[in-house]
Amino acid sequence: MQEKHLLGLEHYPAEDIVSIIDTAFSFREVLDRPIKKVPSLQGKTIVNLFFENSTRTRISFELAQKRLSADTVNFSASSSSLKKGESFKDMVQNIEAMKIDAVVMRHPDPGASLHLTTYVDAVVINAGDGTHEHPTQAILDMTSLQERFGEVKGLRIGIIGDIAHSRVARSNIYGLKKLGANVMLCGPTTLIPPHIDSLGVQVTHDLDEVLDWADAVNVLRIQLERMDRGLFPSVREYRNLFGITSERLKKHKKEIVIMHPGPMNRGVEIDSSVADGKEAIILDQVLNGVASRMAILYLLLGGKPENN
Amino acid sequence: MNLKKLPKKLVLQGGTIMDPLSGRSRKGNVVIERNKIKSVGSVGGAKGETVIDCSGLVITHGFCDIHVHFREPGREDKETLQTGSRAALAGGFTRVCIMPNTSPPLDSPESIRFVVEKAEECPVHIHPIGAVTKGQKGQELTEVQAIFSEGAVAVSDDGLPITDAQVMRLALEYTSMFDKPVINHAEDECLRNNGVMHEGEISTRLGLAGNPSLAEAIMIQRDLELANMIQTKLHVPHVTSASGAANIRRMKKSNSNITAEVTPHHLFFNDQALLEYNTNFKVAPPIRSEKDRKELIKAVKDGTFDCIATDHAPHTIEEKEATFDLAPFGMIGLESCFGAVNKVLDMPLKELLKLLTVNPRRVMGFEEDLFTTGCAAELTILDPDQEWTFMEQNIYSKSRNTPFVGERLKGKVHFTISKGFIADLE
Repeated sequence: MQEKHLLGLEHYPAEDIVSIIDTAFSFREVLDRPIKKVPSLQGKTIVNLFFENSTRTRISFELAQKRLSADTVNFSASSSSLKKGESFKDMVQNIEAMKIDAVVMRHPDPGASLHLTTYVDAVVINAGDGTHEHPTQAILDMTSLQERFGEVKGLRIGIIGDIAHSRVARSNIYGLKKLGANVMLCGPTTLIPPHIDSLGVQVTHDLDEVLDWADAVNVLRIQLERMDRGLFPSVREYRNLFGITSERLKKHKKEIVIMHPGPMNRGVEIDSSVADGKEAIILDQVLNGVASRMAILYLLLGGKPENN
Repeated sequence: MNLKKLPKKLVLQGGTIMDPLSGRSRKGNVVIERNKIKSVGSVGGAKGETVIDCSGLVITHGFCDIHVHFREPGREDKETLQTGSRAALAGGFTRVCIMPNTSPPLDSPESIRFVVEKAEECPVHIHPIGAVTKGQKGQELTEVQAIFSEGAVAVSDDGLPITDAQVMRLALEYTSMFDKPVINHAEDECLRNNGVMHEGEISTRLGLAGNPSLAEAIMIQRDLELANMIQTKLHVPHVTSASGAANIRRMKKSNSNITAEVTPHHLFFNDQALLEYNTNFKVAPPIRSEKDRKELIKAVKDGTFDCIATDHAPHTIEEKEATFDLAPFGMIGLESCFGAVNKVLDMPLKELLKLLTVNPRRVMGFEEDLFTTGCAAELTILDPDQEWTFMEQNIYSKSRNTPFVGERLKGKVHFTISKGFIADLE
């Protein structure tokens, strides 16, 4: 691995992304065994620092760590001393003083994981920093695409929804472009950030255009709070324009693979019939999430890549 | 810095005397006696006096910065009138105007009197700017006449834009009775939308909330139209955008009551500098695109901007160590100002000096001729060609929040003479 940390995919080497995905497939085999534990990270200590609520990402990381036999400690903002006025810097330096090898951090502020690297020597893995990046999600998405299609290169991937506030979208754009996929974004004009086309993506506001074009679409969660700020007027209107429904998909006489990073708002951005349908790989993403995070932890903590 | 009382008689010998008021320069001595200008332009050696050899140096008016934050009262951990004065002297400034966003804010004649009295013992001239509205809340006007009579030189709510256009109209109308400028931080707060940096490609990549140039340009235009209707003095602080500068340029063609300033950091940096989330680049209004930066430089050269002002804004290390979203806005700027603008503007020295001396003094109604015999000595002695790297040790502010540390600058202040003191910076 050329980089010590995994902070984001914007500046991450493409060959390292490929190594992680290849290694993730070997760990997928481990997860299919009756005994799902390997001793790869025995004796390593990893801290999960969550300054923002998260269920699935946190469980996914914890499981990945346990499957690799690492020792783990969890901190969440509500249980930490930050509420007692301790600074972020003091808190993370105290944790590091206890001799840890890696920190997995989720934080509401963009740039927080880069910020963390200035205070600690441990390996830092970004589990989502505000609206900036969520690199492990993008890697598990690409692992799932590779599993489904054989390779990521040349695929046409649509990303649908609130691009402006999505760290998943940013990391996916960077990662997919690096592996040679084509990306089209689709969402209301108010939720597409300015100059996003400078990242080498196409933009449309017409859901049928992206569905007609794409091999797979990644449907983002729409946060209902955005309505209060006037970014879209109602769930009904959002659903009419951008909701992935069976009726909408039927208009396009081809298979479109459906992805979602979760948690889903069923009946809003995606219908149950689609989420549970045969083209959805949403639960594969979840399983690949554990395998990908095992690969990331293993490789960043000194393991050698697996070449398929 | 070696800060001493001026000797009874001091001869600044053999420098280039550059008078930014007349635009003339000549070689010669400047003699100061009992803290006042005795003569300007005599030649030859002086015996038995305290002499400073100024050969190779330029002797000019002391600089004037009409936009600084000295944090007293309330946040003396960041800066005080005394420490701010030393930062000013280090940058060649002999006169500064302090913004009213202290704690409590300078929104009453009593608070103005407090800082005026405290400033008397400081080695630079410090003039308070009073708040326009009570508590800087943007609603009710302060006692503007009483604030001026206690020594305020202008009124402003500083970083808090006057959102309500009717309040701004009343502020301009009322203040017009006293022939003093109103300064409004020109940003539409709704359009600013809690942005923490310039809205553009970089903000999208970083995932940081963007503040569009239009938030500034629209507010500037509103203020210009109001001031033009009322025919009163409006000063537009720290302009950042090409479109904001264009609006000012257009209005200034027909209205001489409009003045405007630009900061060294908006001339020196663009938003690419934020790519590593360095909180020292978090300022309000934000550092904008390279296109904006180039237009600001053009606007300096065509006279759209009257002066350079630093918006010197000290913050503690602890506050700036936070994440980008949580860190406060602002950077210090007095010490690095001259070397930065002299480098980046690359314009004739006598034109640049106007932007630091005569012009800001005119905006605030200060005496403009500092080379008259009998005038209290306010001088800056500098080497315009000296290239140097700005270092932590060049900072005299109580705070350290500046991204200029490590930057190569051109032009360095060697001595600053102010209020009976001489600061030796070599």
